[in-house]
Amino acid sequence: MSPLKIKKGSSKHSAYNLRPQFSDVQETHTLAVIVDNEPGVLARVIGLFSGRGYNIDSLTVAEVDHTGHTSRITIVTTGTPQVIEQIKAQLGRIVPVHEVHDLTVEGASVERELALLKVEGEGDKRVEALRLADIFRANAVDSTHSSFVFEITGAPEKIDAFAELMRPLGLVEMARTGVAAMSRGL
Amino acid sequence: MTRQMTGAKMVVQALKDQGVDVVFGYPGGAVLPIYDEIFQQNDIRHVLVRHEQGAVHAAEGYARSTGKPGVVLVTSGPGATNAVTGLTDALMDSIPLVVLTGQVPTFMIGTDAFQEADTVGITRPCTKHNWLVSDTKNLSDTIHQAFHVATSGRPGPVLIDIPKDVQFASADYVGPQKARTHHYQPQVKGDIEGITDLVAAIEKAKRPVFYTGGGVINSGPAASQLLRELVEATGIPITSTLMGLGAYPASGKHWLGMLGMHGLYEANMAMHGCDLMINIGARFDDRITGRLDAFSPDSTKAHIDIDPSSINKVIKTDIPIVGDIAHVLEDVLKVWKSRGRKVNGEGLAKWWARIEEWRKVDCLKFKQQGKTIKPQYALHRLEELTKGHDRYICTEVGQHQMWAAQYMGFEGPNRWMTSGGLGTMGYGFPASIGVQMAHPEALVINVAGEASWLMNMQEMGTAVQYRLPVKQFILNNERLGMVRQWQELLHGERYSSSWSEALPDFVKLAEAFGAKGILCKDPADLDDAIMEMLDYDGPVIFDCLVEKHENCFPMIPSGEPHNKMLLGEVSTKDAIKEGGAVLV
Repeated sequence: MSPLKIKKGSSKHSAYNLRPQFSDVQETHTLAVIVDNEPGVLARVIGLFSGRGYNIDSLTVAEVDHTGHTSRITIVTTGTPQVIEQIKAQLGRIVPVHEVHDLTVEGASVERELALLKVEGEGDKRVEALRLADIFRANAVDSTHSSFVFEITGAPEKIDAFAELMRPLGLVEMARTGVAAMSRGL
Repeated sequence: MTRQMTGAKMVVQALKDQGVDVVFGYPGGAVLPIYDEIFQQNDIRHVLVRHEQGAVHAAEGYARSTGKPGVVLVTSGPGATNAVTGLTDALMDSIPLVVLTGQVPTFMIGTDAFQEADTVGITRPCTKHNWLVSDTKNLSDTIHQAFHVATSGRPGPVLIDIPKDVQFASADYVGPQKARTHHYQPQVKGDIEGITDLVAAIEKAKRPVFYTGGGVINSGPAASQLLRELVEATGIPITSTLMGLGAYPASGKHWLGMLGMHGLYEANMAMHGCDLMINIGARFDDRITGRLDAFSPDSTKAHIDIDPSSINKVIKTDIPIVGDIAHVLEDVLKVWKSRGRKVNGEGLAKWWARIEEWRKVDCLKFKQQGKTIKPQYALHRLEELTKGHDRYICTEVGQHQMWAAQYMGFEGPNRWMTSGGLGTMGYGFPASIGVQMAHPEALVINVAGEASWLMNMQEMGTAVQYRLPVKQFILNNERLGMVRQWQELLHGERYSSSWSEALPDFVKLAEAFGAKGILCKDPADLDDAIMEMLDYDGPVIFDCLVEKHENCFPMIPSGEPHNKMLLGEVSTKDAIKEGGAVLV
């Protein structure tokens, strides 16, 4: 023992990785971020998420105001309430970011996603696929004798459900846009 | 009236219009047109450094000591990548910088051209914001915006990448007044509800403490003035982070000293035992908090910060106030006065009595005995012999940095330049050059370790060329002292690669550059040697050979809370001898 009352070389602690006792409940939030449509702005947003270890479940971006050159980035992210707050604050301090909205807490909102699903099959399976597509209000946008491409729009859960149903019927390929979201009312 | 000019001329004109008087830089192919313009004018002085990292740290020293943004000009490719460490350092410590980099011509971008690098890509995570200017007509406007972004809100480094063809082409120059007002306008006034809550908490608190940081310095001299007024009026004890030293004077009677991993016993104990913690412009860094789940367990926490992302980042705040420190403190004082200037006098008296008990521990005491200089003694003497001077202190990173923070007193803001967040060895020497450029008549000392100092020693050339009388006070223990200390305490005394072998003869090194070298190894000679350094009108390397195995105390061992501090060997031994309570 040194006179310092700690055994030399004995500490199992490190100065890092000491997370506080914040709530560890994981929440999923949808954020709408209005940004200047300038080069690199998406890289800044994505770099923030990867650099600070946040999750991106889904991300969509497009210019929504062609005269003001602003884009809307819709991000679905998962984290503890404290992490979600941090994400919003960190997004807010990116210089070309104008507004950050947390649609999950700012009242009711609608979320829509578009997906294309290619389903391969013949006979009964093919008929069943078409019948289910009708129920889900999916449109066949391409067809061959042995395949369909369905277009479906809806909340991500609806698309998940449709994809699950299509899987045994010959789902071979899927493309999803990610979520676009907007608050209800004014 | 609009004026047509080349991009290169625009750069120089915009810098002049922004009040820039010094640029730190290094030329290269992609910035030659700008260097040509600099050659043809006398308003802006260019300091030729010896490495681009040195340019950025020098600009940091300039910015930190003046409150104005530092300006850097470097070339493309390696010029830009060498600047990355300095940019990251400035981002971590919120230092306003405008860094201009040359880039290959626009038509060559993406072709792996000679000295091409994706500068905006590389520097995106280490700047507050950056721009690639692809058209000369946007150049002057971008430069004015860059100054706005660097200096508003939480300050930070920004970078403008300027392709060579953009420097050659001509367009209309836009002055600062006509530049587009950027939508980036951070909130400076604090929310009055939060301020009222804070005042109410101050009125009731039995054991309050101010915990201040670099934000007070960044907010400007008015913030330091208001902080002093608030502390004196309320009688609340105050401690500060490494970055905040000088905002409240070290000679002030409410001063507890620095807090944190190597902070003073009384400061850390006050943080642990307080019932109201008022964080002003600090960010609950891990070097401050130690173990988070045992951090100041019984306190209400107020946090004033201009950056909303600092609030609730690591520590849950009860009273958050987003705003500029000077604006918020002004309102706090106003509200506190209007409500009758109340404090909990009885509680405060008891609190101060406890603090006085902690002070008696005298955690910084050391014994200078024998023929070897203790580093603490060296800094104690340096402090005694220089404290009357118009003095600026820079440091490198390591044990010497902590000792400088502990043993030197800072009476005003902007007098202490150190790499806090990033902990960049090699910061101090170039920073001292930047400080001396801004304050030619002042005494500028860089307290260094020999290992840190060697990291940017090439800047001796700069110091000599520009006749900058910077004093390099090297505490030479022939070790990477802080690494050695951690290896002793945490890695079974296996000193893996933590000694400095093949060190230069620093006196001869100084002479080789045309500067003065002083070697001191006997405590009896120390005062005379320091006086010799101070009396010499020119750069000095002071090689102070110190005790090789001295550890830096007090120390909160990693993973422990504030009240589990290790004190120095001397005080621990004494405590055991007296049979008193062991304080560790």
